[in-house]
Amino acid sequence: MSQRRSLLPGFGLSLGVTVFTVSLLVLIPLLALVTKSAELSLGELWHTLADRRVLAAFRVSFSTAFAAAFLNLFLGLIVAWVLVRYPLPLKRAWDSLIDLPFALPTAVAGIVLTTLYSPNGWLGQFFAELGIRVAFTPLGITIALIFIGLPFVVRTVEPVLQDLDRQQEEASTSLGASRWQTFRRVLLPPLVPALLTGFSLAFARGLGEYGSVIFIAGNMPMKSEIVPLLIVTKLEQYNYPGATVIALASLVVAFVMLLIINGLQQWTRQRTGRD
Amino acid sequence: MSTTQNILRPAQRTDMAPAESIPWVRYALSTLALLIIALFLILPLVAVLFEAFREGVGAYVDAITDPYTGHAILLTLITALICVPLNTLFGIAAAWCIARFQFPGRSLLTTLIDLPFSVSPVIAGLVFILIFGSQGWFGGWFAGHGFPIIFALPGIVLATMFVTLPFVARELIPLMQEQGAEQEEASIMLGASAWRMFWTITLPRIKWGLLYGIILCNARAMGEFGAVSVVSGHIRGATNTLPLHVEILYNEYQFSAAFAVATLLAGLAIVTLIIKSIVEWRQQRQWENASS
Repeated sequence: MSQRRSLLPGFGLSLGVTVFTVSLLVLIPLLALVTKSAELSLGELWHTLADRRVLAAFRVSFSTAFAAAFLNLFLGLIVAWVLVRYPLPLKRAWDSLIDLPFALPTAVAGIVLTTLYSPNGWLGQFFAELGIRVAFTPLGITIALIFIGLPFVVRTVEPVLQDLDRQQEEASTSLGASRWQTFRRVLLPPLVPALLTGFSLAFARGLGEYGSVIFIAGNMPMKSEIVPLLIVTKLEQYNYPGATVIALASLVVAFVMLLIINGLQQWTRQRTGRD
Repeated sequence: MSTTQNILRPAQRTDMAPAESIPWVRYALSTLALLIIALFLILPLVAVLFEAFREGVGAYVDAITDPYTGHAILLTLITALICVPLNTLFGIAAAWCIARFQFPGRSLLTTLIDLPFSVSPVIAGLVFILIFGSQGWFGGWFAGHGFPIIFALPGIVLATMFVTLPFVARELIPLMQEQGAEQEEASIMLGASAWRMFWTITLPRIKWGLLYGIILCNARAMGEFGAVSVVSGHIRGATNTLPLHVEILYNEYQFSAAFAVATLLAGLAIVTLIIKSIVEWRQQRQWENASS
């Protein structure tokens, strides 16, 4: 194989360009993040991270990203299911629209969601009547993150739904299983890995999301301040070590989360005996 | 990391009306799905237009033709014009070496290319401040030689390059791996030059995937907010891109003007989605032709 592949030209050039670009844009910058953090003593590190405001920001970021990704599991599964399985007028248009959160600049999403969900906005007024404040609370952050994360779940579940063997469902129903049993025992197991992938992508994106959140969040320290905003605030105060340490911590935490979810995925795949 | 491979692309579909499904479940789920789409996707788009014209067409035109808006449009276009071609070349080079050759460190390289997708845009901006900022590794040197990077165009370009780095490469790598190298090898064995092989074999076969990646890369390059916001310094008429201009107007309570400028970016998003659909359709046809 490698013998045959060496026929092709351009290996040195393409590898050179790739390694150069990746080093310049990704490797060296992330190394800078690590070395800048290493300049701090352990005590300073602890002092920065154990700060109440920092911990509160991590709590807000985690809980909202988790809630949004979790809700997106259901919203995304319903949308993907209907788009794949049911006849629907203008289906192609709806399907293209799913990617809107990828294509719409986050600042635009941020200001329009804030306007919609502010107490006198089109949607916010209904919540206001119920005594619920959406904009400028963690609930608003969650709404913004649902918007940002929805396509991740839909787009990971869609192809799996398409490849499902319909005969298994038919067999299950003809053997006397109810619709619910068929859903739980036949449909859901192969979907779980895709759902987990969608969840982890939406969650990771939610943890780092900035543009669509800062307008609707209200940004009150201890209550609705997210980690990325705290990094920006530290930068604006020229507290570079503080910003760097928080950034590194959030990267490490996000990375560990993804590792856990990957492990969970492997486990479900082995358990359900699918690749 | 390969788990994200198909995420940006809806797979081809076949409409099947399941005979065994219960009608009311079908109607309930369809209504629910359309409601989710209407509430989360269509309503925000409608609201952008509505708010933009709330104070009349005159106010809209004023906001769009404002010199600061004009400068922001120009800066956004310049940034995209630098970043998108560079990332296209990078994407082709990366896909060529990763999809066509075996070498040690190949999967590490793939992971590093994917990394910007999982890094917060704010951190993307921060790292360049650490390197090129006034207290950074090389900041003093560049600024001392009259070529500041942070709070200037080069910083905006670097941050944008970082966040858009994976778009073209990750579109092309799975595509080229699936296509295999046989046709390219045949052309080389028959005596074609590397250049000729690229233009007559490689490029025609990846053109739709390439276009797909370029479109998404462009949308992100023009719309990036977080990373650019950290490195730009928000200097009006100098380092203010369109998304940053939207933020400034909004924070100054010039809501109609903010939404007017936002319609330009929303329009960009719609155009991106339309071209993307067309490309998907063409790509699907190319696949079907190739397999039949």
